[in-house]
Amino acid sequence: MSAETGVMRHAGRRLLGLVPTLLILITIVFFMMRVAPGGPFDAEKALPPDIQANLEARYHLDEPLIQQYFRYLGQVLRFDFGPSFQYRDWTVNELIAQGFPVSLTIGGLALVLSLLVGVSVGVLAALRQNRPTDYTVMGFAMLGISIPNFVVAPVLILLLAVYAGWLPAGGWEGGWTRLVLPVITLALPVIAYIARLTRGSMIEVLHSNFIRAARAKGLPGRQVIFGYALKPALLPVVSWLGPAAAGLVTGSVVVERIFAIPGLGSYFVQGALNRDYTLVMGVVVFYGFLIIVLNFIVDLLYVWMNPRVRYGEG
Amino acid sequence: MAKAEHTADAFEAALTLGDVKGRSPWEDAWHRLLKNRAAVTAAIVMAVMIVAVVVGPWLSPWDMDYTDWDHTASPPSWANGHWFGTDAVGRDILVRTLQGGRISLLVGLVATLVSLVIGVTYGAVAGFYGGAADRLMMRAVDIIYALPFMFFVILLMVVFGRHIILIFVAVGAVNWLDMARIVRGQTLSLKRMEFVEAARACGVQGPDIIRRHIIPNLLGVVMVYVTLTIPQVILVESFLSFLGLGVQEPMSSWGGLVADGAQDMETAPWTLVFPAFFLVVTLYCFNFIGDGLRDALDPKDRL
Repeated sequence: MSAETGVMRHAGRRLLGLVPTLLILITIVFFMMRVAPGGPFDAEKALPPDIQANLEARYHLDEPLIQQYFRYLGQVLRFDFGPSFQYRDWTVNELIAQGFPVSLTIGGLALVLSLLVGVSVGVLAALRQNRPTDYTVMGFAMLGISIPNFVVAPVLILLLAVYAGWLPAGGWEGGWTRLVLPVITLALPVIAYIARLTRGSMIEVLHSNFIRAARAKGLPGRQVIFGYALKPALLPVVSWLGPAAAGLVTGSVVVERIFAIPGLGSYFVQGALNRDYTLVMGVVVFYGFLIIVLNFIVDLLYVWMNPRVRYGEG
Repeated sequence: MAKAEHTADAFEAALTLGDVKGRSPWEDAWHRLLKNRAAVTAAIVMAVMIVAVVVGPWLSPWDMDYTDWDHTASPPSWANGHWFGTDAVGRDILVRTLQGGRISLLVGLVATLVSLVIGVTYGAVAGFYGGAADRLMMRAVDIIYALPFMFFVILLMVVFGRHIILIFVAVGAVNWLDMARIVRGQTLSLKRMEFVEAARACGVQGPDIIRRHIIPNLLGVVMVYVTLTIPQVILVESFLSFLGLGVQEPMSSWGGLVADGAQDMETAPWTLVFPAFFLVVTLYCFNFIGDGLRDALDPKDRL
């Protein structure tokens, strides 16, 4: 069996598995929002009953629950998340279309930064195992994991923006400098995890027989590490990329809030505080879908990179 | 005759040798742990922290929500008795930090226990019975695992209101997945061991085997995982409190205090620094203890 058909068959099986996951995601979100006490039209002053009724009819809230559920399911299948309850005149699709590119910019940059820094630092630590460099790197990595981003962000703002005045403290208008602090804040814990994963697996790979053989043949150290050891050592990192993406998505909620960035995360928190049902459901389903698809891609990448899985299946 | 005496001597020697206490794997692990300086230091710091957080608020002359109108937004000072300073409405930061620590640590502990009970039971049952039940149960775990869980927790808090019990349940209920997976993997290898077979041969029933033979042998793995889950849970709770979805005023947790501090940091940085420091030290220590435990209990990882 060729490698390609193996990957394809694997992809097909995994693709089928995505359907129940998405269905459960939508179902949980829908029913959770509906059993919530308090409606989207609760205000300080009660609305006149006929206006209330009109509003409910407009958003189909007067139909039986089960009918609403299937209506919503049908909409989601057509990628239509309906109108927002709070931002009148906006549909949830428009809000997502506006907020997501912003979040994607920050998240994407943070992911690239984490991979570059995390992998280099992890390899460095593995090559200097149990020496001062290793201990320093791992100490910092542990710190990166332990310090929550909502602590890092204010401290960075205080030091670099308020006291030193080098970078803007927040906002989305202006040059590239506005990206520096949010991206670093978002990337730090991911860098730390990737560094730890890379170090661990690199050490393991460096102790394996094929590396010993390559060394024994007298290949230069650089070629042994970058030509032979790096690819298998990166496998745990690749399989962790799914959770990493999920972490970046959640982290972006906090980071966007602190740095006053108009991304999808800010909309989500606002929507959650305002009981904007359709917006919250839309964002959760959208992000859930995104994470599930990312996990799927990562899984394929892993199978493609790892011959042991690929042929083990055939 | 001489030969017989010699044999008797050797026998006696062997007997006394038998009196030398052998070292159990647990003792080995304990010695390895004590040699890990980072983990021991972290454990000591954590012990001090726990005592301070539990006892501190009783010893303090201030109450958590007492407003000292003479010293609002006071910087840390020995003279007026507010060692960590006060916030904008004159509340003592030291006592609020300690009180917040009580909540954070309590949430960490209880929510971890919730995830422990669910995860161990689920994983052990799935692994022990195997077959279709196992496949179905683990498939369910896979599906839940793929969901954006932080969003669900936020959703839960929004929908059902902010209540501390709910935080325990919400966080615990989503954190059991990893535990279930790890426990299942261990159970799969444990159930093929001779002692399980022996128990079965003696007519012990499945649930009893799980309770008496499987779960006690999972202790090591579970302990490591618990120590690593506690900081995660504390982090999640702080995250919720930071967003304003956690415990409510006048109660506060470290996350809530950090959020308050971040508001005032330009004029009163101490309101941010102290709670943030306590939170970070705690997370740092738990992570080190967990790493140390894993290295101590799982010698094959030591290269």
